Amino acid sequence: MPIQLTEYDPGRFFDEMMAGKNRARPLAKELIGLFRRMNDGELGTRQDAADLAIKEMGITFTVYNENDGMIDRNWPFDIVPRIIDTKEWDVIEAGLKQRVRALNLFIDDLYHDQKIIKDGVFPAEVLAESKNFRAQCVGVKPPLGIWAHICGSDLVRDADGVMYVLEDNLRVPSGVSYMLENRLVTKRVFPELFESYAPLPVDDYPTQLYEMLAALSPRSVKRPTVAVLTPGIYNSAYFEHAYLAMEMGAELVEGRDLFVDTDDCVYMRTVSGLQRVDVIYRRIDDEFIDPEVFREDSALGVPGLMRAWKARKVGLANAPGAGVADDKVVYAFVPEIIRYYLDEEPGIPNVPTYRCMYPEERQYVLDHLEELVIKPANESGGYGMLIGPRSTKAERSTFAGLIKRNPRNYIAQPTLGISTVPTVVGHCLEPRHVDLRPFILSGSDIFVTTGGLTRVALRKGSLVVNSSQGGGSKDTWIVDTGN
Amino acid sequence: MLSRVAENIYWLARYVERAENTARLVRVNSHLVLDTPSGIAPGWEPLVDITGLRSQFEAVEREPNERNVVRFLIGDMHNSGSILSSLAAARENCRTVREVLPRSSWEKLNELFLFAKENIQSGLTKGGRDDFLEGIISGSQHITGLLGSAMYRDEAWHFARIGRNLERADMTTRIIDVRSTDLFPDDMLESRSLDTLQWISVLRSMSGYQIYRRHVAIRVSRTDVLEFLFRDPLFPRSFMHCIDAVDQSIDGLDNTGPALRSIRALKRRLRDTSVGELSQAELHDFIDQLQLGIIDLHAALAEAYFPPAIQLEEAG
Repeated sequence: MPIQLTEYDPGRFFDEMMAGKNRARPLAKELIGLFRRMNDGELGTRQDAADLAIKEMGITFTVYNENDGMIDRNWPFDIVPRIIDTKEWDVIEAGLKQRVRALNLFIDDLYHDQKIIKDGVFPAEVLAESKNFRAQCVGVKPPLGIWAHICGSDLVRDADGVMYVLEDNLRVPSGVSYMLENRLVTKRVFPELFESYAPLPVDDYPTQLYEMLAALSPRSVKRPTVAVLTPGIYNSAYFEHAYLAMEMGAELVEGRDLFVDTDDCVYMRTVSGLQRVDVIYRRIDDEFIDPEVFREDSALGVPGLMRAWKARKVGLANAPGAGVADDKVVYAFVPEIIRYYLDEEPGIPNVPTYRCMYPEERQYVLDHLEELVIKPANESGGYGMLIGPRSTKAERSTFAGLIKRNPRNYIAQPTLGISTVPTVVGHCLEPRHVDLRPFILSGSDIFVTTGGLTRVALRKGSLVVNSSQGGGSKDTWIVDTGN
Repeated sequence: MLSRVAENIYWLARYVERAENTARLVRVNSHLVLDTPSGIAPGWEPLVDITGLRSQFEAVEREPNERNVVRFLIGDMHNSGSILSSLAAARENCRTVREVLPRSSWEKLNELFLFAKENIQSGLTKGGRDDFLEGIISGSQHITGLLGSAMYRDEAWHFARIGRNLERADMTTRIIDVRSTDLFPDDMLESRSLDTLQWISVLRSMSGYQIYRRHVAIRVSRTDVLEFLFRDPLFPRSFMHCIDAVDQSIDGLDNTGPALRSIRALKRRLRDTSVGELSQAELHDFIDQLQLGIIDLHAALAEAYFPPAIQLEEAG
C-alpha cells in the first residue's frame, strides 16, 4: 500500500511542504510524489538505512547520565528534507547578514563610545543589568572591529507564513557539524532526489570557517596555527569540536594544553616543545576562558588568555564579551539597532516583543497576559516563564505583580504557532514542528551557510527541538524551483 | 603533536597490552597449578606480589585463594590493574584521541570492554575462565594489529609503540618472576621434570614454545629459556626485543636525550648480565632492577613529552 497523505493534517500551523491534506506545495511535489509511490515498508527501510549510516559514521552527541556516566548517543535524524526556495532564501540570507553586521557594530560601540546609549536609542539601564557585558573588554579593539565571528540565529515560521528571528546565539552556537553530516546521510538515502532537486551544496563551511579564523592571525605567516579549544569529552558538543578541528586540519586542544608565556604569546605543549598558537576558536563560555580574569575556579581555561588577546598576540573567536548582544532584552532592540547603525529596515522581522520597562508596552502586556508568553530577561532554559494560554488566573496575577515590581526584567511575546514538516513516524508521515538555525561567519566578508540546521521536535505536538529533550534534525535544502 | 594526545596514546597502548598480559599471567598460573601435584603447588598468592598490587589486594580481599585472586586480577574495578579496569582506562584514553587513530580502533576497543564486562561472571568460573582469557587476549591482539596495520608512522604511532613495548617488557619480567620464587625443595625427586614442565608452561603463555624449539633447543632448560626470554633480539616478547623497539621509536622523536640515556643504561645492564646463570634469588633481584629501569624510562619520557599538570601513574 502506498504512503497516504490524505490524513496528513498540520491543523492551524503552516506546513512547509503541504498546502493541505494530500496537497503538496509546488516545491515539494516531487518529494511527496516519491513518497506516494513508496510502499508501506520502504519508508521505514530508508529511515533504518539512515540510522545505520549515522551509527557507522559515528555521528553522536553526548549526554551525561548519573547511572551510566557519559553516553554517546546516535544523532536523531529524520530523512524527510525540509525544502526552501532560493527566492525566499536570498531574502533571509541578506537579512541575516544585515542583522549580524549591525550586532557587531553594536557590540563594538558598547565597548567603546556607547554612542547608541548617548543618542537615547538603547537604555543604559539595560546594559547595566546585562549578565554578559564584560567590563574587562572595554576599550579592546579586536581585528576589523568584529566581536561575533560565528553566529547562529534561530528562525521560526509562524502560522501566518512569515519567517521570524527568534534569537541570536553569539556565544558558542553549535550544530553546524550536524548540518554537514545530515547532508551526507541524505545523499545516501535519497540519491534519486538529488538529480531532480539539485539542492545547493553546504560543504563549503569548514573552508570558510578556517579562512575567517586564519585571517585573525596576529602573525602574517602562510599557514597560521589554528586551534579549537574544547571543554573536553564531557561536553555535549564534543563531537562537533573534534569534527570541526578535523575538517579544518586544526588542533583540538583543551585548556591544559595551552600556556601563556611572559611574552603574552599563547603556546601549546607538543612533544617537540612549545609551539605558538595564532588563533583560537574557543568553544568555552567567557566565564571559563581565563581564571586570571574571570572565574578563578575554572579548570577549563587558560590563565593569561585575556592578556594575550588584549595584547593582540592571539586571535579569539568569538571575542570575549560578544555575548552582550545575546540577551532577551537586547533582542527586543535589534530592529532599532539595525536602523541606528545601518539606516535600513530589518530584512527579517523580530518576533513582536513587548518591553515592560516602557509604560505603554507594559500596559499592553498586563491587559493581554492570557495571550502572551512572559519571559524574565536574565533567565534561560525556560525558567521563570509564564505561558499565557496555559496559565491559571492565580499565576497571571502573580506575574502581573512581578512585572509591576520590576518591569525592566520582563519581556513578552505572542505565542507562536511554529511551522511543521512531514516527518517519519513508523510507516507514515506526520507533521512535526521545526525551527532553522543558519550560521553566519563574519570576517572581512560575511558568509551565511546555505540553509542551516533544521531541528525538529519528534514528539507529537511538542515544540522542543533540543536534542537532549527528544529533538532531532533534518537536512535543509535550498532549491531553485524556477518559480 | 600535543603532549596530552601523546600521553593518551601511550597509555591507551599500555593498558591494552596490560589487559592482554594480565590474561596471560592468570592463564599461565592456572596451568602451573594444574601441572603440579597438590600440596606443593605455589597457589595464587605470588600473583598478587608479581603484579605489585598487594596493598590494593589487601584493601578489598582477605584470603589469597584462587577465587579471590582471580576475581581481583580480572574483574575488580577497585584494582586499577585488573583486566576490566585496564580496558576501561584504555577506553577513556581512546575517547579523547579518536581523531588521531584509525576509525575502527575505538569500536573494537569498545567491543572488547563490553565483552569483558558482559562475560565477567563466566570468566570467574573455573570452566569459563579459559574462554574468557582467550577472548581478552585475541581482542587485544585485534586492536594491536589494527593499529600496526593502519597507523601512519608519525609520532602517534611511535608513542603507541613505546607504550605497548614498555608494558610488554615489564610483564615479561613479571611472568618469569612467577617462576623465580622457590617452589620446590632441591632434594625432591620429581623436582627436575616439574621444573621443565613449568618452563614449558611459561614459554606457552608467551606464545614462545614453538619458536624456542625451532630456534633455540629441543630440550627445555632453565638457562636457555632465561636467555631466550630476556635477550633474544628476534622473539617479539623478549625483554631485549621490546626495549629495542622502544629505542627505535624514541629515535623518531625530538628532544630524546634523557630517554635515550635511560634506555641505554637498561640495555647495558641486560647485556652485562649472564641471566642464565643467576640463582633464583639473584634472578629475582635482577628482575627488580629491570623493573626499576622501566620506571626510570617512563619518568624520562613523561618529563620530556607529557603534560606537566597531570599526576602520572608509575609503571607497574
